[in-house]
Amino acid sequence: MAASSSLQKTTLSEGSALAADEEELPSEDEPAISASEDEEGSDDERKHNKLLEAISSMGGRKRRKQNERSEASLQVSEFFVNAEGTGEKVMLSDLLGTVEKTPGTSNKTKKQLRKLENSKDTLDLPLNKQETEKIQRAIAFEKTAQEVALWKTIVMNNQRAEQMVFPLNQEPLGPKRVEQIVAGWKAETPLEQEIFKLLHNNSQPVIDPILTPVEEASLKAMSLEEAKIRRAELQKARALQSYYEAKAKREKKIKSKKYSRVKKKKKRKEFLKQFEEMVKTNPQAALEELQKIEMSRMKERMSLKHQNKSKWAKAKAIMARYDLSARKAMQEQLQINKDLTQKIVVHSDDEHESKGKELETVPDFVNDPEPVIDSVNPWMKGQLTCEEPEVSCVTPEDAQTAEEENKEEELLGEFERKRRLRQADEEALTPAEEKKHASEVVGEDVVEIADNDENDDKEEEEVEEEEEEEEVDVSEFNTLFKLMRREKTQEAPEVGEELLEGPNRIRNMEDLEVLDEGLEPQPIVAPSLPQTAVVEATSEPTNKKSKEIDLNEVLTKEANVIKVPFLPTVVEEEHDEQISIIKEAFAGDDVISDFIKDKRKQEAAGKPKDVDLTLPGWGEWGGVGLKPSRWKRSRFTVKVAPPPPRQDQKLPDVIISETRDASIGRHQVSYVPFPFANTDQFESCIRTPIGHTWNTHSAVQKMTKPNVVTTMGAIIEPIVKEDFIKEKTTEKTGTKHSSERKQRRSRKRKNKLENE
Amino acid sequence: MAAPMPEGLPSTHVEKKNKKQKKPSKRYWEKTENPDQRKPGEEQSKDAQKQNKARPINRPLKRKKFEGPEQEKLDPFPGVAPVPKERLQKFKRGEKYKWHPDTLRKLKTAIKFSETVSDLAQDQAARFDLLLPEDAGFLEGDEDEDTCTISQDDIADAVDITSGSKYFNLDLSQFGPYRLDYSKNGRHLLLGGKRGHVACIDWHSKDLMCEVNVMETVNDVKWLHTEAMFAVAQKRWLYIYDSKGVELHCIKKFNDVLKMQFLPYHFLLATASATGFLQYLDVSVGKEIAAICTKMGRLDVMAQNPYNAVIHLGHPNGTVSLWSPKQKEPLVKLLCHRGAVRSLAVDKTGTYMVTSGLDRKLKVYDIRTFKHLHSCFLPAGASCLSLSQRGLLSVATGDVVQVYRDVCGSNPLTKPYMAHRLRGQVCGVAYCPFEDVLGIGHGQGFTSMIVPGAGEPNFDALDANPYRSAKQRQEWEVKALLEKVQPDLIVLDPGELGKIDKATFEQRHKRKVESLGFDPLGKEPFKPRAKKKGRSSAGAVERRKKKVAYEDQRDVIRESVQEKMEKQKELEEKAKAMELEKKTALDRFRK
Repeated sequence: MAASSSLQKTTLSEGSALAADEEELPSEDEPAISASEDEEGSDDERKHNKLLEAISSMGGRKRRKQNERSEASLQVSEFFVNAEGTGEKVMLSDLLGTVEKTPGTSNKTKKQLRKLENSKDTLDLPLNKQETEKIQRAIAFEKTAQEVALWKTIVMNNQRAEQMVFPLNQEPLGPKRVEQIVAGWKAETPLEQEIFKLLHNNSQPVIDPILTPVEEASLKAMSLEEAKIRRAELQKARALQSYYEAKAKREKKIKSKKYSRVKKKKKRKEFLKQFEEMVKTNPQAALEELQKIEMSRMKERMSLKHQNKSKWAKAKAIMARYDLSARKAMQEQLQINKDLTQKIVVHSDDEHESKGKELETVPDFVNDPEPVIDSVNPWMKGQLTCEEPEVSCVTPEDAQTAEEENKEEELLGEFERKRRLRQADEEALTPAEEKKHASEVVGEDVVEIADNDENDDKEEEEVEEEEEEEEVDVSEFNTLFKLMRREKTQEAPEVGEELLEGPNRIRNMEDLEVLDEGLEPQPIVAPSLPQTAVVEATSEPTNKKSKEIDLNEVLTKEANVIKVPFLPTVVEEEHDEQISIIKEAFAGDDVISDFIKDKRKQEAAGKPKDVDLTLPGWGEWGGVGLKPSRWKRSRFTVKVAPPPPRQDQKLPDVIISETRDASIGRHQVSYVPFPFANTDQFESCIRTPIGHTWNTHSAVQKMTKPNVVTTMGAIIEPIVKEDFIKEKTTEKTGTKHSSERKQRRSRKRKNKLENE
Repeated sequence: MAAPMPEGLPSTHVEKKNKKQKKPSKRYWEKTENPDQRKPGEEQSKDAQKQNKARPINRPLKRKKFEGPEQEKLDPFPGVAPVPKERLQKFKRGEKYKWHPDTLRKLKTAIKFSETVSDLAQDQAARFDLLLPEDAGFLEGDEDEDTCTISQDDIADAVDITSGSKYFNLDLSQFGPYRLDYSKNGRHLLLGGKRGHVACIDWHSKDLMCEVNVMETVNDVKWLHTEAMFAVAQKRWLYIYDSKGVELHCIKKFNDVLKMQFLPYHFLLATASATGFLQYLDVSVGKEIAAICTKMGRLDVMAQNPYNAVIHLGHPNGTVSLWSPKQKEPLVKLLCHRGAVRSLAVDKTGTYMVTSGLDRKLKVYDIRTFKHLHSCFLPAGASCLSLSQRGLLSVATGDVVQVYRDVCGSNPLTKPYMAHRLRGQVCGVAYCPFEDVLGIGHGQGFTSMIVPGAGEPNFDALDANPYRSAKQRQEWEVKALLEKVQPDLIVLDPGELGKIDKATFEQRHKRKVESLGFDPLGKEPFKPRAKKKGRSSAGAVERRKKKVAYEDQRDVIRESVQEKMEKQKELEEKAKAMELEKKTALDRFRK
């Protein structure tokens, strides 16, 4: 049997080496085969088997013995059943072995088959369930996402719509054409048919052939294809632009010196090329370029750049002895300088000719003053023939000294000017003052008022004192005041000016008198009136600054007297009485000072107070009559930020309450609603009232139209894809769908009815 | 995808798209020998199928050609007629918000919608202004004729009978001097004599509605929201009567009332008493809303600002104070006169206030800025003031009533527009709304005086209709009550309601910041990127920070600076132009 098996082996080896390998490799198969092969069996093999079994049993885990198949085998004998060949695979070579031998087959197929035989690849395991499901889900998601994305625009539009009317896709209201209403109508009766025939013969339009304006517009409009092409173009352009931008950005970020050097060189080359072309095509532009180059040359000649004078160059110069590259770098710099300072000669035929001429006779205009390029530069103005101005010979040192001298002179001049100004001021002040004094002596009645205001203006310094001294006699006050004024004239005038603006004004006795005068009964007859008017006119001061603030003046402002045709004949006894009573009642009472006091009080109440955190006796002696030191007080008082300026800051005769009225706050919006970023936006949005009282009916309707409108009794079906997404569906399917839909709907309705 | 657009008229004569791709289809009426001619009925049915579908977009361009010559003439003035700018300006409400290009889309749509809507409202209001056809005119004198010398009798003779009948005298010398009040629509007149005589009249028809004697001193009379009720301030208490003279209420909470004002949109009756109390009575619910002790003595001068329903009180110390019911201190206090304030009147638009005082001056104030505009000296002083709907000022001085024009403005008064002498001391003047009539109550009764150009010629029939029926009145009453404005909303600026309550907002925000530990609305501070090669040194970082500091303020400053520069440039150019104008041809020879 062994011989037969060996024989078999040889046949196999003829087919393929692999088959042989496989036979040898599976070690587990071997004993089965050998056991079945020789019944007597060699001792060795049996022992070996036993050993194997023993080893396997030692492992504890029992291996299942493979059931031996004994029926089907390669050699089927008619005498007995043997199990030879069980477990042996049917090889490809077994099946195709004959192909090799058949003469008709091509080499190619043979090769292919051989390759197939040689390949060791086994089929991959199928993925486990989770993985496959995951993949399926991903694919499903993609698909549905695509499908759902179609709705995106529709949903967005619906969300943004000012108003939605449900059910959507309503039949338009209004009159319809006959043809629309009688949709399925056919000319059936002979009369109808005859009429249509007639219409045919006369080529009459059955339906109105004139286009509606909408149609015309659509005719004129771009076709879909065109639009698509255009869009594609635009897209492409945009994409290109973005690429370029990205590229430029990237290039800009490159910091490599070498790269930049190369780039520069490239640029220069390009520029040269361009320039050459330009000379041919656009000589004017070329000339301009040339001028630019000339300019750069001039600059180069002026500057010390590239002349190996810089710090870097000096360092390099030291290194140059030992370092070749340093030497090279220096030489490069010099070369650049040379290149830049080289004069550029443009060779052109015309110029050659002109050059020739120039050599012979220099034209006159050479000597003419050049057209002024730089108007600031005085050197450019002179004629060429003129000799150099003197200043040019001045050495820098001289110039410096000259400058210094100039400065000194300037300073001196300034001092002098200031001195003069001050003198003038003083002079101007004193005579005016003196005049006033004089007039004061002469006519007390009239001038006092005028004086009053000025007095007020200049008394600010003793505000606090004054308040206490309000009861002091007029004469006493006057003497004091004169003294003060004299002092003030010697002081700098600015101090007074600064103080002028203080809103706190001092009232004095004179002021009171003025008020009394105003209240004194005056003759009611017209002729006496001008006097009072004059008095009031004089009281108006000329100072503009104080004008804003002076409360006194606000009330004594000039008032024009009106001539009335009828003068009241009835003398108002009652009125006069009233006046006298009031005068008595308020004698010595000053309305204005009261008002000012009131205002000051309000201001003081509105100011936040500093918080005093000093602890008396902490760190020092404390007790009755001992105050904490000033340093401590200042250190431990917390100063509060000043409040915003009062509304009535600039209105002397007005007190505006600063307390906030909380009651209206309950009706106001106290936060900025969502889409708005700041209050201005929101306030501007609600600035127009929406009521009927302020608007026309149609405007109100437009303003207050509801977001969603539903028609009574109409069934609102969910949105159907075909109604809105038209690109995907062709017309036919659309119609089909719609008809189907209708049918479905009607069926549903019927069902419902039946159910009910 | 808003409301489905009503399809204009779906083209039933348009062929199908697939047909068109081959060639422009032919109409059956164009060509009779069309081989596969269909029956007209067939086509119609097909058309009917298509009627709900969108029209195909591309059509044969050939169609245009034979449509061309038949085109209609173009309208030379297409679209709606534009509204003149001045008229639009009249109805403008506030400024538009200028958005930046980088505003969010949602916000943009919100703002855009509001803008379109307010533009529409403005435009329509301007368009419908056309429906106010009546215009006011003034009395025009002949050359050298002063209009104030024209007597009332002459005017009454010259005008038509109905207008002439508006000049009349009521001789009531017994219970003299009379206070008066016109109802809101100007139809009814209420008279209250000092000695207790109270009468209400439908003065158009001269129909006496009621007449009673309350047997007490009457200080003031006032109509309430309708002509069915009126309030009388008597010696001690405040009484309310109905139009038949039946006493409805005696309100003992309101004592010693001297003057009254009725705020029609708030249904508030404001009273000023001799004890210095300013009280508000809600007429719709009969409750006292507020009682404010003004601490300013006797309050006998009172006026209301029709624009914002703020009450103005005049005081003996020459000040005028402004009050709202919800604030216990005056909103504003103005020092107007050196003597006591005698009378007050406020313009309909709430812009101007006219005061007169014991110092015989008449002053006009701008109460938006509280600035004094101009003043004049009246020799006799003005005891009563009244402003008409169109800004005519009537001034009662003794027994003469003068009417001034153009009071509200910066130019001072010069001479009266009209004048009329009465037989007794004038006690009350009031213009009749929507009529050119000035009612004067005086010691000898009542006089109705014609003042051309005093009243508003157009009335809003939904608001104040002089010719309304009883039914209309009832309806109006219900509507007015529904639209009643809360007393909380009486503030100086009625537009306050449309603004955001910043104080509350800030408070809430502060609390939020405290609880969160950071400012959610605050801008993130600029954090400079870390750079290499020593460029992230502290100094460099600070420098970089400085570059972006105060960006928002910089913009503002930049704008303002630019504006200034432009202005200066303009000025310079102007100056240059002036100089050039001054230059003569001979100037060129000057050296």
